[in-house]
Amino acid sequence: MEKLIEVKDLRIEFASGKKIVKAVNGVSFSLEKGKTIGLVGETGAGKTTTALGIMNLVPAPAGRIRGGEVLFKGEDLLTKTQQEMRQTRGNRISMIFQDPMTSLNPVFTVGDQIAEGLHLHTKLSALEATVKAQDMMERVGIPAARYNEYPHQFSGGMKQRVIIAIALACSPELLIADEPTTALDVTIQAQVLDMMRNIRNKLNTSMIMITHDLGVVKEICDQVAVMYAGQIIESGSLKQIYKNPQHPYTEGLFKSLPKINENTERLIPIKGIMPDPTNLPEGCSFASRCPIADKSCVNIRQLSKEIEKGHFIRCMKRS
Amino acid sequence: MKKSFKGNSKLVKSSQSKEIAYRLWQNKAAMAGLLILLVYVFLAIFADHLAPYGFDDQDLSRRFIRPSAKYLFGTDNLGRDIFSRIIYGTRISLRVGLISVAISSSIGTLLGAIAGFYGKAVDNIIMRCVDVMLAIPSILLAISIAAALGPGLSNVMIAISIGSIPSFARIVRASVLTVKEQEFVEAARSIGASDLRIIVRHILPNCLATIIVQATLGVAGAILSTSGLSFIGLGISPPTPEWGSMLSAGRQYIRDHGYIVFFPGLAIMITIFALNLFGDGLRDALDPRLKT
Amino acid sequence: MLKYILKRLVMMIPVLIGVSFVVFTMMYFTPGDPARIILGESAKEHEVEAFRDELGLNDPFLLQYGNYLKNLTLKGDLGTSYSTGKPVTEEIVNRFPTTMLLAAMSILLAALIGIPVGIIAATKQYSVFDNVGTILSLVGVSMPNFWQGLVLIIIFSVMLGWLPASGFYGPLYWILPAITVGTSSAATIMRMTRSSMLEVIRQDYIRTARAKGQSEKKVIMKHALSNALIPVITVVGLSLGILLGGAVLTESVFSIPGLGKLMIDSIKQKNYPMVQGGVLFIAIIFCFINLAVDLLYAFVDPRIKSQYKSMRKTGKRAVKM
Repeated sequence: MEKLIEVKDLRIEFASGKKIVKAVNGVSFSLEKGKTIGLVGETGAGKTTTALGIMNLVPAPAGRIRGGEVLFKGEDLLTKTQQEMRQTRGNRISMIFQDPMTSLNPVFTVGDQIAEGLHLHTKLSALEATVKAQDMMERVGIPAARYNEYPHQFSGGMKQRVIIAIALACSPELLIADEPTTALDVTIQAQVLDMMRNIRNKLNTSMIMITHDLGVVKEICDQVAVMYAGQIIESGSLKQIYKNPQHPYTEGLFKSLPKINENTERLIPIKGIMPDPTNLPEGCSFASRCPIADKSCVNIRQLSKEIEKGHFIRCMKRS
Repeated sequence: MKKSFKGNSKLVKSSQSKEIAYRLWQNKAAMAGLLILLVYVFLAIFADHLAPYGFDDQDLSRRFIRPSAKYLFGTDNLGRDIFSRIIYGTRISLRVGLISVAISSSIGTLLGAIAGFYGKAVDNIIMRCVDVMLAIPSILLAISIAAALGPGLSNVMIAISIGSIPSFARIVRASVLTVKEQEFVEAARSIGASDLRIIVRHILPNCLATIIVQATLGVAGAILSTSGLSFIGLGISPPTPEWGSMLSAGRQYIRDHGYIVFFPGLAIMITIFALNLFGDGLRDALDPRLKT
Repeated sequence: MLKYILKRLVMMIPVLIGVSFVVFTMMYFTPGDPARIILGESAKEHEVEAFRDELGLNDPFLLQYGNYLKNLTLKGDLGTSYSTGKPVTEEIVNRFPTTMLLAAMSILLAALIGIPVGIIAATKQYSVFDNVGTILSLVGVSMPNFWQGLVLIIIFSVMLGWLPASGFYGPLYWILPAITVGTSSAATIMRMTRSSMLEVIRQDYIRTARAKGQSEKKVIMKHALSNALIPVITVVGLSLGILLGGAVLTESVFSIPGLGKLMIDSIKQKNYPMVQGGVLFIAIIFCFINLAVDLLYAFVDPRIKSQYKSMRKTGKRAVKM
């Protein structure tokens, strides 16, 4: 099947005072049309930065894309000018952000904010755009009558629906959802996730789902990529990762989860913290916390190896 | 500044004040401001030794001499050396600035703390008075008070102090209101601390950052107002070398001798500029969250 | 909304009565005998005494104030100017347009310079433009405006001979005073716009707008500015009030026959009713400007508008701003 997006060796850095934060260090993955990939990892692993890299929205001047390619239908997005990139953003690739409370402009009506993308990317008249925006609102479960209300009149869950409507207004081919449910109440989380899945299926949109919640991944994703310290340390199909996790970090993630149907005595946390991104080790960045690491792990660069078809890990001990 | 911060407060640990001092030290603009202020303080203290002439050495034979090596900033209509007068003027300006802010900040802090801490009727009475005072633009208020009291150094200080009490009270009150809600105040109360003790030992030290910044900028405002009052003849009268009154006296000669008014005004501007630089830096250092 | 305005107007009354009391008290205790000043040094003591009676200056303090307040509220009468014999109200009404014109031009100038410079400085943070702009704005707030006025006169009137140094007879005469009065406000507005803009640019909704594919220009001018200008409105409003005060000194530098110069002259002549009236009048204008600023907020910030609206429904007091 045709690859919709292919990220190759993406590297992104931030300047923080005199130090350089290496946020993304050679991330590669690809996604077929209509599929969903889950980008999993703890806070600070570089998931959001990867997404902003794909959108070419890494906040300048502190952040810089240092290398790699983002091939969208064969075209490298990173070589496009901002002008050209604008035709893609919000039109063919959209992004949903984590915090619905702050992601909407407080001084414009939600309807206008949904219609804005339509004005930019389609030739619809003002009236047609309004109708289309109202249609989008109904689709995400907001009464169209609330078109002229302002963000402060909406609850968190409703705001997130507005943001999803903004993202989907132009029927993008790829949707990047950055922790879309993290800031919401648990009951609302399920509703929003359900709604997203339905719309995705209806529109046949491909999706990159960024989350630290393995439960969300299981609900909605076909593929999984686990990120750690700016690298994908394990990737594969949902089944491969959930049934047969190979990287010690992935194993640790699953062990630290409570399981309802198993009688777990206690959860096993992963010891230690992520290494300082301004001072990453030469070799495996997980080595300091890894139960099976030895001296060689720290010094030798870990390469991504395929251990079964479509299942990659970055660990010399397990491959 | 650092010292008072440490001395007044048990809550603010010395490591924190070290960090503040470090942040301030890192801020080049603030340090430049501080350096200029130190130069002014130096000039004020050693004016007698540094000034080439006395501040009222009149000599009609040397009127209106343009700036030269002998008379750095020239001489005025009475033949006095402007450079020397400006050096002596630092004494007046710094004194008025510091004393009037000392008065207004202590009274303003007291009123603001009482209003914020006790709330209800007391708060209402104090703040309505503050509203009344704030409804009059501060320079007008200072002018009216100065007019009522008559000219003179101490009257100017009183006028300016009264004029800036309301804004102090308002800022301190707002700050007290937020600090009051915090748990250590509750804790202090639960171990039976008196109101006075809670205000002085627990609440005010935590409002200190706000007060210090406001005071620094207040000194700038006070110096500006003093010169403004002197300029319209309500402040410090000749022959005292106050910068504003030098401007006022030199005004009528600007057609032919512009330098007479240029240098005293420049002295005012540089002082205010330095205080603003330092005040801004201080605010950023004390509360990095406010930094823009 | 209407209810809110009414409420604010009612709340203004005690403040203004307070102002009148403060000003009246200050003038009452000002040394010097107005009767003696009006009649001159040559007048005989019994004439002065009779005149004091006529003016009501021998009445007890509170009675004098009561009469003043009564005349003010019932007839809008602020007393009679000692120096011209005309009603104070008339003098103020004659002089105020000049001051207002000066203040309006100055604030316009300040906003036209301060807002764009603030926006550019924020979008190009730490650039040469930003650094120079920031330093200049600090210089702007540090200059005593009467001195700035004198320096401008020296340069543009005395040395270059381009602009008149005094009077207020036409546009050419307005330039220097407007620059003088407007400079510090321009600097304040610039600083506020810059910091507010920097704050807003970091917000998530700006990222949302970019992610929609909106052009950078529109992101700044539409999404960022509409939010960043809200606090700037306060500063502009506040500056207008301060300008009215600042014009007092500037008018005297440029010999502009406005309210400010009138008041300074009146202080020198111990013309109490004139000073009282002038301060009270400026305080009233000041209060109305503040009210206008708060109302303007409702038009630019829907959150505040709905606060006013909900207040109408519930009759509760709005969150204090």
